[in-house]
Amino acid sequence: MVVNSVHWFRKGLRLHDNPALQEALKGADTLRCVYVLDPWFAGSANVGVNRWRFLLESLEDLDACLRKLNSRLFVVRGQPADVFPRLFKEWGVTRLTFEYDSEPYGKERDAAIIKMAQEFGVETVVKKSHTLYDLDRIIEMNNSSPPLTFKRFQAIVNRLGLPRKPLPTVTRQQMDGCWTDVSMNHDERFGVPTLEELGFKTQELSPAVWKGGETEALERLKKHLDRKAWVANFERPQINVCSLMASPTGLSPYLRFGCLSCRLFYYELRDLYLKVRKHSSPPLSLFGQLLWREFFYTAATNNPNFDRMEGNPICVQIPWDHNPEALAKWAEGRTGFPWIDAIMTQLRQEGWIHHLARHAVACFLTRGDLWLSWESGMRVFEELLLDADWSVNAGSWMWLSCSAFFQQFFHCYCPVGFGRRTDPSGDYIRKYIPKLRDYPNRYIYEPWNAPESVQKAVNCVVGVDYPRPMINHAEVSRLNIERMKQVYQQLSHYKGLSLLASVPTIQEEAELPRSDDSQSHNSSDVQSDEPSKKASLGKRERPSELQRPPACTQPKVQRRSTAEGSSSKQQY
Amino acid sequence: MKRVLQGDEDDSSTSSEGPTEPRKKVRQLDDEAPSTWGHLPQEILLHVFQHLPLLDRAYASQVCRSWNEAFHMPELWRCFEFELNQPATSYLKATHPDLIKQIIKRHSNHLQYVSFKVDSSTESAEAACGILSQLVNCSLKTLGLISTARPSFMELPKSHFISALTVVFVNSKSLSSLKIDDTPVDDPSLKVLVANNSDTLKLLKMSSCPHVSPAGILCVADQCHGLRELALNYHLLSDELLLALSSEKHVHLEHLRIDVVSENPGQTQFHTIKKSSWDAMVRHSPKFNLVMYFFLYEDEFGPFFRDEIPVTHLYFGRSVSKDVLGRVGLTCPRLVELVVCANGLRPLDEELIRIAERCQQLSAIGLGECEVSCSAFVEFVKMCGRRLSQLSIMEEVLIPDHKYSLDEIHWEVSKHLGRVWFPDMMPTW
Repeated sequence: MVVNSVHWFRKGLRLHDNPALQEALKGADTLRCVYVLDPWFAGSANVGVNRWRFLLESLEDLDACLRKLNSRLFVVRGQPADVFPRLFKEWGVTRLTFEYDSEPYGKERDAAIIKMAQEFGVETVVKKSHTLYDLDRIIEMNNSSPPLTFKRFQAIVNRLGLPRKPLPTVTRQQMDGCWTDVSMNHDERFGVPTLEELGFKTQELSPAVWKGGETEALERLKKHLDRKAWVANFERPQINVCSLMASPTGLSPYLRFGCLSCRLFYYELRDLYLKVRKHSSPPLSLFGQLLWREFFYTAATNNPNFDRMEGNPICVQIPWDHNPEALAKWAEGRTGFPWIDAIMTQLRQEGWIHHLARHAVACFLTRGDLWLSWESGMRVFEELLLDADWSVNAGSWMWLSCSAFFQQFFHCYCPVGFGRRTDPSGDYIRKYIPKLRDYPNRYIYEPWNAPESVQKAVNCVVGVDYPRPMINHAEVSRLNIERMKQVYQQLSHYKGLSLLASVPTIQEEAELPRSDDSQSHNSSDVQSDEPSKKASLGKRERPSELQRPPACTQPKVQRRSTAEGSSSKQQY
Repeated sequence: MKRVLQGDEDDSSTSSEGPTEPRKKVRQLDDEAPSTWGHLPQEILLHVFQHLPLLDRAYASQVCRSWNEAFHMPELWRCFEFELNQPATSYLKATHPDLIKQIIKRHSNHLQYVSFKVDSSTESAEAACGILSQLVNCSLKTLGLISTARPSFMELPKSHFISALTVVFVNSKSLSSLKIDDTPVDDPSLKVLVANNSDTLKLLKMSSCPHVSPAGILCVADQCHGLRELALNYHLLSDELLLALSSEKHVHLEHLRIDVVSENPGQTQFHTIKKSSWDAMVRHSPKFNLVMYFFLYEDEFGPFFRDEIPVTHLYFGRSVSKDVLGRVGLTCPRLVELVVCANGLRPLDEELIRIAERCQQLSAIGLGECEVSCSAFVEFVKMCGRRLSQLSIMEEVLIPDHKYSLDEIHWEVSKHLGRVWFPDMMPTW
C-alpha cells in the first residue's frame, strides 16, 4: 500500500526534535510538509507586522532546510478545515502527522481535523514536542488539577524526572527514502508569501532585530551556551541597561514558534552545567524560563476561558476601569512617563522587551496605576510581542495584575523609581525616546519636574514636545492598593488589618512532596519533620473565618456582583 | 430536597416492593398528594431565602403568592449593596434599575446596612446620590460609599453630594459605621453627622476627603465618644485630636488608620505630632492598632520616625530610604506588620536585624524591590522565629553570598520558621 504522508507544521517550525515529522517519514513513499496560512487574518486580527515577519522568515528557513533535503515547504492559503479535504483528495494522503497543541482552541480544532481525516481514511499521528513534559501527566499528579503556584509546579516536575530526550534532526538518508512531488509552479501555488502580499507596507519598516527560523535559533542557542560557560555562573544575572536591549542570545521567540525545541535547550543547558560544575546536579532554577512556560501551558490547557476574567474559575473578578483613551496612551507609548513609553516603544519597534520591563508596564496598566483590565494589555502584547502565545501571555498578565495564582499585591513598580534603579544611565530612554536625549540623568525619568529653563535648553518642553504624565502616581497607587485590598478581603473574608494576610493562600502549597537529592543537602532536618508539620502548615496565618476544604485547589472566586443581601456578609 | 421527600414517602407507603421502579412511584405521588411547597411557614421560607443569592430569590418570588410575600419580608432587606456601573466604564453588571425602584418604594424603611459601589463614571456617583436622597424613611446603621475605580464621587458638584449625604445623617440618627473615603464631605456635614449620631457612631472612614479640616474631625472626636475606628489623612491629625480620643469619656480606640500622602512633591512640610499625644493614646487604649500608609517621596520623611510612635502596621507605598528604615527599628516598638514596596539597591541587612531585635511584636513582613544578603536574612528570620506568620519576600530581594545560595536559603528559613517557605516569584519568560 502506498503511504503518502503530510506533515502539518503549526508551531514546531523545525526539523530537529520533531517526532511527528519522523513518524511522517517512517515507511512513507511521499512526503509533503504543509503550513496552513489564513491570509485574511493578516489585515484584521491581533497580529502585528513583527510577528508576521518572524513567522514568514521561519517558514522561509524551513523551506530552505527542506530544499537541502530534496523537499519543499507547501504553504497553503485558507483554513485547515477547508484546506485538508481538498489536499487529502488531490494528493491521495494516507497519513497526516502534526505536533500536539495543548491550548484549548488548538485541541478543538485538531479534534475536528482528526475526525475529518478519519472520514477520509487518513491515519493521524500526533506527537508531543512543544512542551518538556506531558501536561496531562502533570495535572494528573496534582489531583487532577493544574498546579496554581510555581513552587508546587516545580515540586511535581521534580518528581517526573528528566523530560524525554530531543530527537536528532531529519537526515538526508531519511528523506531519500521518500519523494516530494514539487511542481514547476510550486512557488506560485505554495510559496511563502511576502509581507507585501499580506498587505503590509514595508518601506518604512526597520530591519528585524529578531530574525525568524530554525537556523537562527540553533546559532543563538550555541552563543547562549557559550556565554553561560564563559560566565560560569548560572545564577540570575544583575539587570543593567544591556539586559534591557535585545540580546543576540535571546531565545524566547524561537521557543514560542518552535524554531527551537525546548527539550534540546533543556538538555544543552543541563549538559553544560554538568560539565562546568562537575559534582552537583542542576537545580530547577537553571531552567527557569522553560519551566515558567510549562507552568502556564499546564494551567491553560483545560481552561478555554483562561484568557479572560469573566467565566474564568482561576481569575479574581476585579472591578477594572474601562477607558479606551487611557489604554491607547499606554499602548502607543504616550503616557508621559519616559520609562513606560520607552518600553512600549521598544516593544512596538522590535517585538521583544525584557521580563522586568514587562512587569513594569503590566503593573502600570493594571493594579499599579491605570487600573485597566489585564485583558487589554494581553491583547496589545499578543499583537506586538514575538514570544507571546496564548497560554503564556494570558497567564503572565493574570500573574502580573494579581488576578490569579495567589500573588501578593503590595509591591508596586514605580514608573519613575523602578526605571531609574534599573538603568541609572538613562541610555535606554535616550535610545527609544530620542526627543528626551538631552535631558540630564536627574530629570530624564521625570521630565515634568525639570525647571522650565532646563526643558527649554534641551528643546523638549513637557506638555508641548512630550506629553505630561497622564496620572499622579502617588495618588493612584494609594487608591489602587485600597481597591486591591477591598477585592481580596471580600474574597478571603478576611477582616483583619494585615495587608499581607488579605491574600488567601492555597492548601496545595502546604503539601509539597519530598524534594529530590539536589535540594536536600541542608534539609534533612526539615524533611524528617515534615509529616508532623503538615498540621501546622494547614493553619498557617489563616484567620479563623477562612475555612478552606482540603480538596479545594482553586480559589473561591468572587462571584460577579449581584447585590447580595444576606446579613452575614454585610457587617461593617 | 425533593428527592429526600420522595424517599421518605417511599419508605412509608409501600412495604412489599423494593426500590426497583422509582419512576412509577413518582407519578403515583404526584396524583395523590398536592404540593405542600406553597404552604411552608414563612419562617422556614425566610431561612431558606436568606441562603439564596438575590437573583435566585427573585426567581423564587415569581413562583407563587406566598413565596412572593416571603421575598418581601423586611428581614431580607436589611442589607443591600447597590452596584452602580455604566457599560462604558465597567466590565461588571449593575443592580437593575427596576430593582432599585422597588427597594426604594417597598423596603427603604427596612434597610439598615447599605453600601454603594460605584465605577469611575460620574453618572454612577450621581445615581448613588439619587438613591441616598430618597432614603428618607431609612434608619441606617451602616453606610458605605465605595469607589471601585477612580473616585467618581469627587467629580460631583460638592453641594449635590453633601445634600444627599445629609439626608441620611439627619434621618438615620443611629449610624454606627460610616465609610466615606474619597468623597467631597466637608466640616459642616460632619457637624450634621455629629448632631444626629454622636451616641451611636463607632466607625468612621474618611481617608482622602480634602474638604475636611482638622477642626472638622476634632468635632467628631469630641462629640462621638463611642468612636472605635477612625481612618483619615495625616493632614487632619493633630495633638488635640489624639487627646480628644484619649479623653476619659471616650471609649477605647481599636483602630486608627492614617494615610500620609504628599500633595506636591517636596513642597509639603508635614507637621509633627508630639510624643506625649501618642503616649496618651497608648495609655488610654493600650491595645489599639495604629495603621500607617506612607505615599511620600524619599526626601519627605524628615519629620517622621524621630520619636517613638506606637504604629503597629506600617506600609511604605513608594521607595523609602535605608535611613528611614533604620529609624523605624529605633522608634516602633509596637510594630506588628512592615511592608516595604521598594527601597533600592543597597542591602538592608543592618536595618532588618535591628527591626528583629527591637520590634518584638513583628509577625508579618513584606519586601518588594529591596536587597538583603542571604546571611542577614537568615539571621533576621532566626531572631524572629516562629512569630513570623507572614513572610512575603520577592525572590530578587535575596542576594546570595558566601554562606547561602538561593536554592539553599529556603530550607534554612523554613527551618527557623517551622514551616515550608519560599520567596515570592515573578514569571521570567
